[in-house]
Amino acid sequence: MRASKWIFVLACFAALAVFGQVGSRFGVDLATKIMVLAVFALSLELLVGMTGLVCFGQAAFFGIGAYATVLLAPPDGPASILVLLPLCMLLAGAYALVVGALSLRTQGVYFIMVTLAFAQMAYYVVHDTPLGGGTDGIYLMVKPSLGRWLDLDNAQTLYRFTLACLIGCFGFLALLGRSKFGRALAGIRVNEQRMRATGFSTYPYKLAAFVISGALAGLAGFLFAVKDGFVNPEMMSWHMSGEVLIMIILGGLGHLRGALIGAFAFVLLQEFFKSEAVFGEFAKHWHLGLGLAIIASVAVLPRGLVGIPGQIAERLRGARAGSLRTAPGRGGHGAG
Amino acid sequence: MAQADILLSGQGISRRWGGLSALDDVSIDVARGSVHAVIGTNGAGKSTLVNILSGELAPSSGRVLLRGQDVSHWSQPRRARAGVGRSYQRNTIYPSFSVQENCRLAAQAMHQQAWAWWRAAVRCPVTTQAADAALEKSGLQALAQRQAGLLSHGQKRQLEIAMCLATTPDVLLLDEPLAGMGAEETERMLALLQALKAEHAMLLIEHDMDAVFRVADVITVLVNGQVIACDKPQEVRNNAQVRVAYLGEH
Repeated sequence: MRASKWIFVLACFAALAVFGQVGSRFGVDLATKIMVLAVFALSLELLVGMTGLVCFGQAAFFGIGAYATVLLAPPDGPASILVLLPLCMLLAGAYALVVGALSLRTQGVYFIMVTLAFAQMAYYVVHDTPLGGGTDGIYLMVKPSLGRWLDLDNAQTLYRFTLACLIGCFGFLALLGRSKFGRALAGIRVNEQRMRATGFSTYPYKLAAFVISGALAGLAGFLFAVKDGFVNPEMMSWHMSGEVLIMIILGGLGHLRGALIGAFAFVLLQEFFKSEAVFGEFAKHWHLGLGLAIIASVAVLPRGLVGIPGQIAERLRGARAGSLRTAPGRGGHGAG
Repeated sequence: MAQADILLSGQGISRRWGGLSALDDVSIDVARGSVHAVIGTNGAGKSTLVNILSGELAPSSGRVLLRGQDVSHWSQPRRARAGVGRSYQRNTIYPSFSVQENCRLAAQAMHQQAWAWWRAAVRCPVTTQAADAALEKSGLQALAQRQAGLLSHGQKRQLEIAMCLATTPDVLLLDEPLAGMGAEETERMLALLQALKAEHAMLLIEHDMDAVFRVADVITVLVNGQVIACDKPQEVRNNAQVRVAYLGEH
């Protein structure tokens, strides 16, 4: 990333840190939710934007992380974050290993369908068995903590912890993108055939990316479960996989900050169209407004929200070139 | 052609798709220090042959030997790491990477270390040196930091070769490296191929007959998946069967 982009990202994180101190209770809760979804979106960005694998089953890993948080937490006291969080990521990563090992044998639309099928399998496990409490879901009785230092039952602490996770996740993926492994993933995204001809066995690279992505989605699931204190099968449904895909497309594929911006834009648009103060009775049809807004933004902004400065610069350059061509005394018409 | 110099051999290679026979019992040797050109009309099976030799495609029958070892069941990446480099008809560079980064990524294939996966790619001296050496050989070192997508067509074709060279191959399988080039770019590429000949075994697929007859030491003529001639350029030029089947004379 160029320096200006780093400054933008650091400014966003600084603004979030400040907002945690000054924001209203509703605002802090909403921002926490958005940051959790941003971690989730970053996990998918590793697959779609960095590796070129369009996974339509990311919600499964998110849900496994969330369900693991609730199911593994002891009912009579707080679980240690140092134990519970790695376990959630490990379980989500383990399921990603199974899904990836099989689905990465396919390509294109088949890959999309196989990942969707695996996600739906996980969905029905929690939906139709007593394990996940069925459609009612299950509650997290006591939120995890780290002794007296980190009690996630406190909204402010959870906000700061979520922000730290988001920054850590972003930094990890930024460094990953510059690493030898990350460059190989970028090569696979652009031209896998060429990578194989050069000597890369691409399957292990893609599988490793899949597992890391699953584990990060598990982290987001952990945060989600801790934030709401409740999980239900809907968070593993294909709608959720679709929503996170829309977030990274809306923000701009191929850019980590696109996942950040996309998560914010998506949730804020959702809140906007749900607002009865703005839309009155029509607010209950918020899906329609949100859908139209997303279609419009994708049509107008093919490079996503992160592409806006570039598009403006190109428009200005085009306008300047046009005015130079038509200016008297500069072009062929006025030369004489 | 001395037996010891032969690096890559295809022996009795056939490839069928249902009832269609793309290659029928084709044998070919590629030796160090020589350019073996394969010519033929569109659909003659030239690219299929390269795909089979490089491991991208499995033959229906026949075998591929690399330095005398049967590599028929080796995957394409394994053959590439063993010294078989190939370029494609179309550009397969990474347009958003710099020229140097394209070569560095190719060189990385030869230095994949599981314990160093986290290391920043730009800080790897081994792959950077290999990339720089490949760029110098291919005459692109002055453009090392330019974005690959902004190169001219001829420079992109040179970069294709440079990416192959960054993997330090013994064998180069070049699929139409002159496609779409102007006269000046063609001359530059031919000079590059001549320069590379001493150190590599080269298999060249090309439609530009003037270029083929200038650089090739041996020419194999394919028609409908079958070899109708395999000889020195002058003999191929005078071969009556070739003149009828390929050069269109009666």
